[in-house]
Amino acid sequence: MGIRFVVLVNKQGQTRLAQYFYEHLSLDQRRALEAEIVRKCLARTDLQCSFVEHRNYKIVYRRYASLFFLVGVDNDENELAILEFIHLLVETMDRHFGNVCELDIMFHLEKVHFMLEEMVMNGCIVETSKTNILSPIQLMDKLVNKHYHLLAGTICCFNQLVCLSCFGVGKLNVLRINL
Amino acid sequence: MEQLKSIGRELAMGSQGGSSKEFLDLVKSIGEARSKSEEDRIILRELETLRRRLSDPDIPRRKMKEYLLRLAYAEMLGHDASFGYIHAVKMAHDDNIMLKRTGYLTVALFLDDGHDLIILIVNTIQKDLRSDNYLVVCAALVAVCKLINEETIPAVLPQVVELLNHPKEAVRKKAVMALHRFHQKSPSSVSHLVSNFRKRLCDNDPGVMGATLCPLFDLISEDASSYKDLVVSLVSILKQVAEKRLPTTYDYHHMPAPFIQIKLLKILALLGSGDKQASNHMYAVLTEIFRKCESSSNIGNAILYECVCCVSSIYPNSKVLDAAIEATSKFLKSESHNLKYMGIDALGRLIRINPDIAEEHQLAVIDCLEDPDDTLKRKTFELLYKMTKSTNVEVIVDRMIDYMINITDNHYKTEIASRCVELAEQFAPSNQWFIQIMNKVFEHAGDLVNPRVAHNLMRLIAEGFGEDDEGADTQLRSSAVASYLRILGEPKLPSLFLQVICWVLGEYGTADGRHSASYIIGKLCDVAEAHSSDDTVKAYAVSAIMKIFTFELAAGRKVEMLHECQTLIDEVLASHSTDLQQRAYEFQALLALSSQAIENVMPLDASCEDIEIDTSLPFLSNYINQAIENGARPYISESERLGTVNTITPASASHYQQDPAHSLRFEAYELPKPRAPPPSIQPSSTSSLPTSSSDLVPVSEATYTTREEQHNPKVQTLADQISAEIGVHLKLEGVQKKWGLQTYSSPSAPSTSSSSTQKATNGMVTSDTIRQSSLDSRKQQVPEVSAEKQRLAASLFGKKAAERKVQGGTRRPAKESQPAVATSAPEPPKEEKVIVPAAPPPDLLDLGEPSETATPTIDPFKQLEGLLEPAAGSDVASAPSPSVSAVKTPDLMSMFTETPSIVDSKSSDKGVISSTIAKKGPNVKEALQKDATARQVGVTPSGNNPNLFKDLFG
Repeated sequence: MGIRFVVLVNKQGQTRLAQYFYEHLSLDQRRALEAEIVRKCLARTDLQCSFVEHRNYKIVYRRYASLFFLVGVDNDENELAILEFIHLLVETMDRHFGNVCELDIMFHLEKVHFMLEEMVMNGCIVETSKTNILSPIQLMDKLVNKHYHLLAGTICCFNQLVCLSCFGVGKLNVLRINL
Repeated sequence: MEQLKSIGRELAMGSQGGSSKEFLDLVKSIGEARSKSEEDRIILRELETLRRRLSDPDIPRRKMKEYLLRLAYAEMLGHDASFGYIHAVKMAHDDNIMLKRTGYLTVALFLDDGHDLIILIVNTIQKDLRSDNYLVVCAALVAVCKLINEETIPAVLPQVVELLNHPKEAVRKKAVMALHRFHQKSPSSVSHLVSNFRKRLCDNDPGVMGATLCPLFDLISEDASSYKDLVVSLVSILKQVAEKRLPTTYDYHHMPAPFIQIKLLKILALLGSGDKQASNHMYAVLTEIFRKCESSSNIGNAILYECVCCVSSIYPNSKVLDAAIEATSKFLKSESHNLKYMGIDALGRLIRINPDIAEEHQLAVIDCLEDPDDTLKRKTFELLYKMTKSTNVEVIVDRMIDYMINITDNHYKTEIASRCVELAEQFAPSNQWFIQIMNKVFEHAGDLVNPRVAHNLMRLIAEGFGEDDEGADTQLRSSAVASYLRILGEPKLPSLFLQVICWVLGEYGTADGRHSASYIIGKLCDVAEAHSSDDTVKAYAVSAIMKIFTFELAAGRKVEMLHECQTLIDEVLASHSTDLQQRAYEFQALLALSSQAIENVMPLDASCEDIEIDTSLPFLSNYINQAIENGARPYISESERLGTVNTITPASASHYQQDPAHSLRFEAYELPKPRAPPPSIQPSSTSSLPTSSSDLVPVSEATYTTREEQHNPKVQTLADQISAEIGVHLKLEGVQKKWGLQTYSSPSAPSTSSSSTQKATNGMVTSDTIRQSSLDSRKQQVPEVSAEKQRLAASLFGKKAAERKVQGGTRRPAKESQPAVATSAPEPPKEEKVIVPAAPPPDLLDLGEPSETATPTIDPFKQLEGLLEPAAGSDVASAPSPSVSAVKTPDLMSMFTETPSIVDSKSSDKGVISSTIAKKGPNVKEALQKDATARQVGVTPSGNNPNLFKDLFG
């Protein structure tokens, strides 16, 4: 199948995101697994290679600032490609959030999940074009963030926060609508 | 208008800025939590709040989305949030696409596909698959991949198939993957639909085509032959991709659609495997990719590696093979550990085609073997495992064991131990060596080794070399005994190993007359005493003591009962374990017998003899006749009894037939637990229980069970007893008889066996001291690394025997003049047999192995070979490699990992908090929003966890 899971942890080993593709693990199993792999990967130095064998599969990991991206893959997977897949994920997040940081991922947990869902299905990498990955997420955002100018009686297609007409106007004067 | 206003107001209340203060606070506090316990406290408090909130019947939908995300946080951090699952299922019903997708997402995060609630979501999925909004359809298809189980596939299958032709490429892509999921879950459910994958391969959209490769890969790895017709199209796709014909959005670091290329190469590797015709189509495009791919970027190397894999899998072609070898050597020469790792893996694949490839890289391989990086080391051991031959098995297994001793990971320890055993069984140059290796494996990984291995070892010691060479067997055994007596001094030994030791000591401890019976018995008593909690070891020890006593008595010698032995027996007589008790009582009973009887009961060294059991038990016939005359009912055989039952209770007959052990019961109710094996199955049990024959038939339920309880342990212990006595023959039934001893079982020249016998004399006895001192000497030699490495290279790669000769100080000069004696890489196996005993592991040479044993083993054939051996290989090995062992430059990865503090760059012109408005980045909107949320919640870069603000890209 390929990719078993993607787990993001910070330097302290706290989980920031976890998605499992292979099988659904129980809470305890998940906890134990994450603790174990985090312990293994975080102890390694930059000079060592970015792959760790774990049980009957491998973990490919990559560190970005305070965040570690751990990807569990089957043994026949191309480790270097997975390493670059992680980078692609980060680039995609960066394109969406702009200078992505740990807090972005925490505030928009669901969006990062959506991105992963677009990129990986059934444990296989299915989409690698950033445009294609982000377009459904941006479309959903657009639909949700359209708002209605009560005073002018028009629908504004911008996010409310950047809409100049709404600047300084009380929230009751603005309607969010769902389309 | 009024209506719209009221709806809008309601919405706006719960959703200002997308998230409430509470959510932002939660994220902030989790983000700033200093320890796991603090995090746990936060989450537990949060769960309390959520439980309260969710019990409210009237929750605004947007609020609900946020609650679910908070629940997802709790679950992600390892806390049970099952009380909220149902709300996630409900959320998936929502009309709003964002809420719906969040609902599906949380359901997938919370539930596995066997959960009871899944059935509730199937209906929603069905509805959504019919939606006009393609985003809704996509969300539903993603959910299908994660949530649909085998039983619910038919509920959505027709709709999914329909969606394969949807006008939107995103939908087609996901429909393909949904079908792929069904194939994974239950191949039969979609077996009639696989042609759709072929169709989708020709899709106009590259995304759909790329996704289709995933199911095709699975299908082809199951059955490559029915997809051979795809080779041409796949090759042409790969060619087009490599020629940058795909949209540039698929480019990654200037590489055209690398992930699609890799997938295609994987598929081609499967299709071309062992198929010359299919492979012929591939050579051109592979050459092209090798030529084009840049080895400066990671992704370029990823593709190159995949090409190497493909080349090593398809029918070999010298041109692409050369390119693959070149790419591999670039990996191996790289300073990056990642690339070295890939190189070692690639080398492991290439040597299957041509084993000589490894020689060129021997120094690089040894560098990796000695690298402190554990991952690299393991990969290298994997490579060594693949290239093990009878010429280098000793060095490799020695290395593996040294490594095994030092690791703590049980999973890997088990694996490497079983590999050692496998290699030793397959290539063992001598029995002594085999036993030595087994001893080491047991000593250091005993609890992880398969018991089968222990039984094999006992059998080897018992059976020895086989037919005609009794002297060698004796040597083998006494050397085994000597080594075990020494090993017993070690403080901590695994149970399985102790069992082997006890058995061997009992069987052969006094056989060669070197050790007195009381000495061995004393040792065995020590074992039993030191492992008083381990009943199995104790049982082995008691049986071993019993054997030694009986052997001595049978030989007519008087054995005096040691005090500690008496204590042990007394203790065991009162043991809770019936098995131990029985052994002790049998011991006592045996001591009372005459020496003649003892000799019959316990014949010396008869563990390999088959015990014949006469199941008709003629010696009991007198007793039975007498009983029948006294009015006892005659024995009814099992089948007859079964027949009786059938006539009495026809309704339950089928049940009883399945379980004949209970055929005696006439009662209407069932036994609570059927457990005992039928007593008559084990013929030996009947022999020991003569009363169990005739009066069993009309027995009542209660007495039947108690009887069972009485007999059961006896049946068991007797079986144990017998297996302990006759060696392991009974246990070994059905065990694969794989031994690397063809060398000896095959009719080889008599000179071979005699030379190995000579080695047997000293090889075993001094083995440990040799090892010890070789270790010492290795430590001393640390400064001259390259010499050490060359030596290792020579022994691993079968070249440069001369290097080794220098190490052995006592070697005769005459020997040195024949440098290639011990090297025999590409020789026919027949000659290898002759040579193996003469090629001791180089480590052993340090102590100065007595030269007399080595000299006579040189035979004229080998000398001839020595002359033929090309000297080229030795040059490669001896070339010192300062560049390889030079200082390592930092890994490529470190470029990304070390981030300078970016707090300054983020400090805002507004001066209050980190206004990120000035941030660069393509999405201004998002950046603004981010700033707003950060401000709202009061998280600042100068707060508790400044890392939260660190730009991931530095």
